[in-house]
Amino acid sequence: MPSWQRLGVLLLLAAMLGFILGPFLWQVITALKPTAELGQLPPLLPSRPTGQHFSTVLGTPGFLRVFLNSVVVAGGTVLLVFLLSVPAAYALAKLGLRGRNPILALLLCLSMFPPIANVAPLYLLFIRLGIRDSLLAVVLAHSVYTLPFAVWILTNFFQEIPDDLYRAARVDGCSRLGVLRHIVLPLAVPGMLSVGLLVFVFSWNEFLYALTLTASESARTLPVAISLFPGVHEIPWGEIAAAAVLATLPTVLLMFIFQRRIISGLTAGAVKG
Amino acid sequence: MLWRERIGRYGYLAPAALFAASIALVPILVTFWLSFHRQMPIFGISRFVGLENYRFLLEDARFWNALGNTAYFAAFSVVLELGLGLTFALLLNRQFRGRAVARALVLIPWAVPNVVAARFWEWVYNADFGVLNYLLGIKINWLGDPLWALHAAILADVWKTTPFVVLLLLAGLQVIPEELYQAARIDGANAWQLFRHITLPLLKPVILLVLLFRTMDAARIFDLIFVLTGGGPANETETLVVYAYKLLYRTLQFGYGSTLSVAAFLFILALSLAYLHQLRRAWELRG
Repeated sequence: MPSWQRLGVLLLLAAMLGFILGPFLWQVITALKPTAELGQLPPLLPSRPTGQHFSTVLGTPGFLRVFLNSVVVAGGTVLLVFLLSVPAAYALAKLGLRGRNPILALLLCLSMFPPIANVAPLYLLFIRLGIRDSLLAVVLAHSVYTLPFAVWILTNFFQEIPDDLYRAARVDGCSRLGVLRHIVLPLAVPGMLSVGLLVFVFSWNEFLYALTLTASESARTLPVAISLFPGVHEIPWGEIAAAAVLATLPTVLLMFIFQRRIISGLTAGAVKG
Repeated sequence: MLWRERIGRYGYLAPAALFAASIALVPILVTFWLSFHRQMPIFGISRFVGLENYRFLLEDARFWNALGNTAYFAAFSVVLELGLGLTFALLLNRQFRGRAVARALVLIPWAVPNVVAARFWEWVYNADFGVLNYLLGIKINWLGDPLWALHAAILADVWKTTPFVVLLLLAGLQVIPEELYQAARIDGANAWQLFRHITLPLLKPVILLVLLFRTMDAARIFDLIFVLTGGGPANETETLVVYAYKLLYRTLQFGYGSTLSVAAFLFILALSLAYLHQLRRAWELRG
């Protein structure tokens, strides 16, 4: 390749990374700036980086509470989705159900509804049940939203496990539940990890359900808290930046650690067809 | 087959089916039902009004404005995401040192919550201390100027969702057999011809799938706009879902708010059906 072409590619790569990382890095820099320097440019970089905004945010009891809420909601959603989707996908992939294809088609349709389509009745229903403004309400909404997708992907993963294995175990006297536990689940661990990660990230990031189904700090998730951040008197840019960076850390870390699993989950079915 | 046997098998499916029916399917039907009512639970108002809400919808200038904004937002952001995503994917598909790191870094915005992404960009766009104005050496009120606000939101959305596009396109690029390129090169094809006659046609099904996912997502945009501009200035950035949210939870009109939800839902459904039709044709052509 001629050198001018190589230079062009290099410049494009630099521009791409600049665009992708720029806003994120700018937020990190902002979070490290002393308050006095937030309202002036230049300098771009803080004269002396400070951890003051981070410690203020971490020292606010409300922030930790909300952070923990998000962990519970995302974790609870993953758990509930697994509890419901694993048996369903097992039935669809291995138990030879009649009406399997219509069920899968219905699933695909159901995975397309936007949250606005069911958020108002859910809100009214949860008020009546007395669970509005609870973590449970958010978990239920997040679970039902991700369930069709989880069943769909898991069915694909379970189908890749040879039917012969299933039949052999059954002939040997293993019950259906036994086959699920001892054969299907161990073989499907990578696929389940993909699904679990995607559900976790979705729940961590989701906003409309979390905003409408909660009212107080005791049930609020991180995105809702961050959307409500502006202070009473002046806008605390440094603290907002620190909170925003902290809210991003868990999912970005998960993404770096489990990059392969997340990619295979996102592209499952999409590319293979 | 014994009936117990059959029940046993369907028993694995039952919990998920019941859950999906009670928390998704029935509530969606209730939304339709509510849309035919004048419903304000706080004041104890609830009565059937037939198609009254829909008649009002057609005359509601704010609805048409929101529909226009949503269509504009979806069209522009998806086109930009596809163009940029294709460029990035082709770049990252080349061999170079540090490719694995670059691929990982590019995915960062995907993992950032929409609300947080909105906060990032709000600060970049800030009229007084924003780094964008500083770098460009100008002074534009990006989020407060009716001309710029929707475009600013589009750019923020492009930043947040291009990684997803890159990811799918990269996966699509990796399954194109290298031999096709070699054979074409031997026949004297140049880089543009390789792209035009091999990459693009073989990538078409993935591109359509990306378009489907992204358009559906962009058409229901809420959080990014809600935090960036709240729909302002003067409703210039108000989308269907933002408007529906305000009707439902600010003015507590559950009847007309549901009518708007239905409109948003049907709009998204129509878009996805159109794409699915195209997608099926593309798969059939490929055989």
